[in-house]
Amino acid sequence: MRTKIGVAAIMAVLAALLLPAAASAATIGEVAGSLEEKTSELNMTWVAVATVLVFLMQAGFMFLEIGFSRQKNAGTGVAKVLVNLAIVTIAWWAIGYGVAEGGGNDFFGDTGFFFHFGQSVAGEAVTGESAMLMLFGLAFCAVSLAIVWGTTLERIKFGAYVIYAAVFGAIIYPLVAHAVWGGGLLSDIGGKPVMDFAGSSVVHLTGAVGAFAALLLLGARKGKYDANGNPRVIPGHSMPLVGLGVIILWIGWFGFNGGSTFETAGNFFGEVMLNTQLAAAAGVIGASIAVYVKSKSLDVGMAGNGAIAGLVGITAPSGFVEYWAAPIIGLIAGLLVVFAVLAIDKLLDDPVGALSAHGLAGIWGTLSVGIFGSARLVSEGAAPGVWYSIFGSESFSASIGQLAVQGLAVLFTFVVVFAISIATFAIIKATIGLRVDDAEEEAGLDISSHGMYGYPEQFIPQPEYSTGLPSTMGTGAGVPAAAPAQMTATESSR
Amino acid sequence: MKKIEAFIRHEAFEPIRTELLEKGFPSLSILEAKGSGRQKGIVERYRGSTLTVNVRPKLKLEVVVEDKDQALVVETILKHARTGEVGDGKIFVLPVEEAVRIRTGEGGEEVLQVHSDEEATV
Repeated sequence: MRTKIGVAAIMAVLAALLLPAAASAATIGEVAGSLEEKTSELNMTWVAVATVLVFLMQAGFMFLEIGFSRQKNAGTGVAKVLVNLAIVTIAWWAIGYGVAEGGGNDFFGDTGFFFHFGQSVAGEAVTGESAMLMLFGLAFCAVSLAIVWGTTLERIKFGAYVIYAAVFGAIIYPLVAHAVWGGGLLSDIGGKPVMDFAGSSVVHLTGAVGAFAALLLLGARKGKYDANGNPRVIPGHSMPLVGLGVIILWIGWFGFNGGSTFETAGNFFGEVMLNTQLAAAAGVIGASIAVYVKSKSLDVGMAGNGAIAGLVGITAPSGFVEYWAAPIIGLIAGLLVVFAVLAIDKLLDDPVGALSAHGLAGIWGTLSVGIFGSARLVSEGAAPGVWYSIFGSESFSASIGQLAVQGLAVLFTFVVVFAISIATFAIIKATIGLRVDDAEEEAGLDISSHGMYGYPEQFIPQPEYSTGLPSTMGTGAGVPAAAPAQMTATESSR
Repeated sequence: MKKIEAFIRHEAFEPIRTELLEKGFPSLSILEAKGSGRQKGIVERYRGSTLTVNVRPKLKLEVVVEDKDQALVVETILKHARTGEVGDGKIFVLPVEEAVRIRTGEGGEEVLQVHSDEEATV
């Protein structure tokens, strides 16, 4: 709504200003038309920037997951992200985009398959603008898929990625995206739309539910639980890589949420990005406090999980809530993630905390729109949050109704994604198998699935450099004549 | 000939090496070792759970010397490796039957001798 009013106002003013000139040079219609073109170009320039940021999140997932894995499973994380991104791209282009955005009925779209020029998608001709938006949608689908594999590290067969990625990109994610964003079932429930600005449920909960289905059929890593069923710690090998992954994801999220405005009108993306930052910061604080209270240590990984949880939490409400609500949403997500990780760890082996950081925080984020949604910002037909009916004058029944609609999005996402995912993984398990054998798992997926170590020097002896230093360097500089062959780290740094 | 194996703290190595070099014993090896003794393991905290690592990182220093030099080397190690706290490590002395310099094939105690300066600069 904001856009159309904004654009119309600008066009009216400009048209009035240009009227005398227009009479001689161009008609009002021509000016308005060219203004509309320029507006689209400016909007898509912003979406292009956002798309690049969202694709950068693939690197974030890569480093986060590799850091939380052991050294013997480092290279496989790289191969996984590259292959998944490739397959989901083709699946989205051929089928997924049409299912998600191709008009159609309440459940799936029926145009836009094998996206190409000259085609009509949901009644509109394919243009550069629709290509840009289609690519932006793909970046989201790829993020959702990347979340799935967080629970499956260090033991899944590579073939499972290939098959599930195709199903996910063509069917699973597009069905959810169509329901909420493509004019499907959840875009109008008794007049109220589900409000999920950038995808707390559509993207993050979807990924986490897929992760849950995979984990149920895959089981825990060897050695994760002792004979009595108590969880044991399997530390990831690099906290610096985890940190790099978290920061890359955090930065990418500005495109994820900010780009979901699809436009530059009113500089509204600025509001969305500030909300995003406030929630991420509060997520770090919430998780750090919670883990410190629980274990008397400021856990590195949990601080990272807190950032992600805060970001996932604010993803749905980022365009619907006021600034004061964003840190509350992020803080609760951060607190939630720590207790959820510790509770889930007793039963399910989720090495990166995907079920908590993306699943529970995704549910919380989706529901939080029904609590904090501001009358100034909510979608047309939607009711403001419960907060405003308790502490303000909004209708209580309407806001409870909106909260229920938000809950319905959670339920729908869970049921649809879980049903198709568990079926897909069951078929994979029954045919090619879902899990590597014990020996392969012990040796690590790097050498057993990919034929090379992620860190070869860790396992393969390397030759020394020559027989020592060149003779010109062995004399003088106060180095004892006998020293070069026994050089130590201290000496060589002189 | 005697082989002296010393399990020491990492920080003790550099002063020991410096003094042994000054006293004419440049030949030694170190290995990164993990071991347990009277010192307790390390409790790590990871993602809100605890993990006890029962072995600690130490250095294993190996020096082979003529019998007459054994006491001197052991004293040097003791001098620098001892802090008085649990975890200082242990020294073992073992008999060595033979020593061969690979480059020349010569054997016997003389291969433990320090090189002359001209030889050592390569």
